[in-house]
Amino acid sequence: MSDLDTAAPPSATPRLGRRGFLRVSALAGGGLLLATYLDPLGAAAQALAPSGAADFAPNAFLRIGADGVVTIVAQNPEVGQGVRTMLPMLVAEELDVPWREVRVEQARFDPTRYQGQFAGGSTATPTHYLPMRRAGAVGRAMLVAAAAAQWGVPASECETAAGVVHHRASGRQASYASLASAAAALPVPDAASVPLKDPKDFAIVGTRVRNVDNHAIVAGRPLYGIDVTLPGMKYAVFEKCPVFGGKVRTANLDVVRRQPGVRDAFVVSQGSSLGTGIDGWSLEGVAIVADTWWHAQKARAALKVVWDEGATASQGSAGFARQAAELAGQPPHRTLRKDGDVQAALARAAKVVQADYSYPFLSHATLEPQNSTARVQDGKVEIWSGAQAPQVGRPIIARLLGVAEQDVTIHLVRGGGGFGRRLNSDSLIEAAAIAKQAGVPVKLLWSREDDMRHDFYRPAGFHRFAGGVDADGRLVAFRDHFISFGQGERFSASAGRSGSEFPARFVRDFACDASVMPLGVPTGPLRAPSSNGIAFATQCFLDELAHAAGQDPLAFRLALLAAEPVDQGPPPNAAGQRPIVFDAARMRGVLELVREKSGWGTRTLPRGTGMGVAFYFSHRGYFAEVVQARVSRAGQLTVEKVWAAGDVGSQIINPSGAEQQVQGSVLDGLGQALAQEITIERGRARQSNFHDFPLLRLKQAPPVEVHWKLSDFPPTGIGEPALPPVLPALCNAIFAATGKRVRSLPLSKHDLKWG
Amino acid sequence: MKVTFTVNGTRRTVDAPADMPLLWVLRDVLDLKGTKFGCGAAQCGACTVHLKGTATRSCVLPVSAVQGMEVTTVEGLSPDATHAVQRAWEELDVPQCGYCQAGQIMSAAALIARNARPTDADVDAAMNGNLCRCATYLRIRQAVHRAGEIRREEPRQADAPAPAVRRAASRTTGRTER
Repeated sequence: MSDLDTAAPPSATPRLGRRGFLRVSALAGGGLLLATYLDPLGAAAQALAPSGAADFAPNAFLRIGADGVVTIVAQNPEVGQGVRTMLPMLVAEELDVPWREVRVEQARFDPTRYQGQFAGGSTATPTHYLPMRRAGAVGRAMLVAAAAAQWGVPASECETAAGVVHHRASGRQASYASLASAAAALPVPDAASVPLKDPKDFAIVGTRVRNVDNHAIVAGRPLYGIDVTLPGMKYAVFEKCPVFGGKVRTANLDVVRRQPGVRDAFVVSQGSSLGTGIDGWSLEGVAIVADTWWHAQKARAALKVVWDEGATASQGSAGFARQAAELAGQPPHRTLRKDGDVQAALARAAKVVQADYSYPFLSHATLEPQNSTARVQDGKVEIWSGAQAPQVGRPIIARLLGVAEQDVTIHLVRGGGGFGRRLNSDSLIEAAAIAKQAGVPVKLLWSREDDMRHDFYRPAGFHRFAGGVDADGRLVAFRDHFISFGQGERFSASAGRSGSEFPARFVRDFACDASVMPLGVPTGPLRAPSSNGIAFATQCFLDELAHAAGQDPLAFRLALLAAEPVDQGPPPNAAGQRPIVFDAARMRGVLELVREKSGWGTRTLPRGTGMGVAFYFSHRGYFAEVVQARVSRAGQLTVEKVWAAGDVGSQIINPSGAEQQVQGSVLDGLGQALAQEITIERGRARQSNFHDFPLLRLKQAPPVEVHWKLSDFPPTGIGEPALPPVLPALCNAIFAATGKRVRSLPLSKHDLKWG
Repeated sequence: MKVTFTVNGTRRTVDAPADMPLLWVLRDVLDLKGTKFGCGAAQCGACTVHLKGTATRSCVLPVSAVQGMEVTTVEGLSPDATHAVQRAWEELDVPQCGYCQAGQIMSAAALIARNARPTDADVDAAMNGNLCRCATYLRIRQAVHRAGEIRREEPRQADAPAPAVRRAASRTTGRTER
């Protein structure tokens, strides 16, 4: 028989290993069933209160036991961006311990101990680069002080290496483990006062460190929200109105309750946005609670709901496009930025180009559908979820369930993809409400169809551009009338923009205007929000202007970036903080780098093959990308290769993870450009699964070369800024290959045949 | 109905609706959470398991169809997650969010079991049904080739027909590459 006959069932022999938050226990049932549940609270919070007098735990981020085990806490939610590896690397670096000896533990959401427990905006690196290093450096300083005191030597004569304090002059040395107890008795120094390593001495930061969860992932261990199991837990589905914002009028709950395996069925009706500030979302639907998720899901076939569809039922993508075309021809609702006199500059330009661009709604389509597990017991609420922003949902859940906010505990469980979707707390709120009413712990899991049809979509957007070049081929006028969604001065969620995005400041006569139309469809941030659409439109239109000017598109961009800016950016605010200002020199740097690496302009390409370039600045990161694409005469598109050059500051903390984020962002963007679109019809999303909302597949993935331009600026994040340029670079490559200018996405709606 | 089949080498009998997909029997009845739900429509491959050694989408396979058959899930690919594919996945640091990777690994393991020297076209054919929303495809492709290499270097049974269980001599330990 096979080896497995002698092996225990796999999950009964876990390597609890680095986290130890996974608890496994055998159940009755012939030794067949295993109960596993995730218990990050126990591991993170209890472990960090020193469990023994010998433990050294100077702050909420690290602990060294007398057994020598070094535990570092990962404070932020992990959704695939690599933060559970990257932040602990910073602590370990300054603590000066070998990475292989570090155990990483996940913190639960606890704003009393941790700042910025949030996965969004590529903010973890800029926010935590110094604080995490300081957390480690505090530990190192105290261990050194303990050794110096034992030896009666000045701390300044001691050094550390790989978890050992050395006093070279006397040849003495002591391991951190042997010093932990003495160090624990010392006062904790001010974190800002402890010395930090010179980056040239880094031993961990800057090396390729693998994802700390790889082994558990490849072994198939329970790690994700969907894997959470609680004793006595039931499974729930939640049927929502297909029209956003619709309400339940009646439902045949009695019939549903009689379906096999169903324990309960009830209407949840709170009917408002609950302070989320997001139009079109409400806590409203029919919950079915059953013994397994399959039973709950199957019972939906018997569920009949009469909905009050509400006002959004009259909205649709086709109507939005019509309204946008009308608005584009009218005076804008408001002006976001104005320099000089763009009308006059257009009138005297040697050549004027006008074009309309648009892009569709998009779904996040995280591969792990939305889910949360909730237990409501004795006035306390516990939630397990792959949430990106637990701080959003917690106060809402507290208000909804009538408990104090600190009585809502949120366990941060690995999320099977985020991309901004899990910044919204809808599944947490729903699970809490359903668990309360059901009176048992509940795992709420959405089907793929639920997930795609009840997203907070990347909003569609429309641009009417006009640009002028002078006789020397210089850009002298640029106007963008941005048509988006909102009401009055307010843009819908993630449907806004500032007027200061490039080429603002680099064209003397410039205007960025905006008009909005009402939207009942929930929207929200998708990886590189607002930039992911604006980059496509703006960088494609700049390409049109380059060709109108008779210039090489890359040289045209370099020249534009070399123009004297009209101002130095917005002034500091009342608190003296300067907003982040686009730095043209840094962008020139990456553009020159990508020109060199891609061999731009040095190769003769066959007809039907072309290279396109684009750049974008978002989330503090500078990226320029070149795409080489081939289009067959019949119009079949193949992306052959992508080169990406990025400047995210002085240090790539984890080159393996950073390369992954860039390659992933680039391929993500290609997938969006090729065929992704959510179409709103009669107030509902038409697409439902991956057959009609196709993600990029392996066959379609071209090689993506990643190059870094290190600069003298503090390190910044990498989850988002590599995405926006690839869409316009691809469309510009298609133009180079075919002469066809793509002004709307996705590409699947365009006929690219030529010749 | 009662269905008896072999999961990861052990005979199991479950009492479940005949049309309950194998995925949900594995996850919610047998508590094997490694096999993932992505689409419920055989579109994404997150639920891939081996049925008699063949990569199969468990989300659309009624449990009644596996009566008497041998099912291998990611948990049963090797006793200690050291199958050549698992080792290659760790070595090349493939996962981002990791959610699809069990399915990717099962598709790759089925390929490597029948062809330890796959071409890029073989990889495309075997792996194109597995979506990765993080788009780790470039490393997946490398890792499948690397897994073939590891398999070919393994001292025994390089051409064994079933992808089932192997104990590798050692596994890569260091997590920091220099």
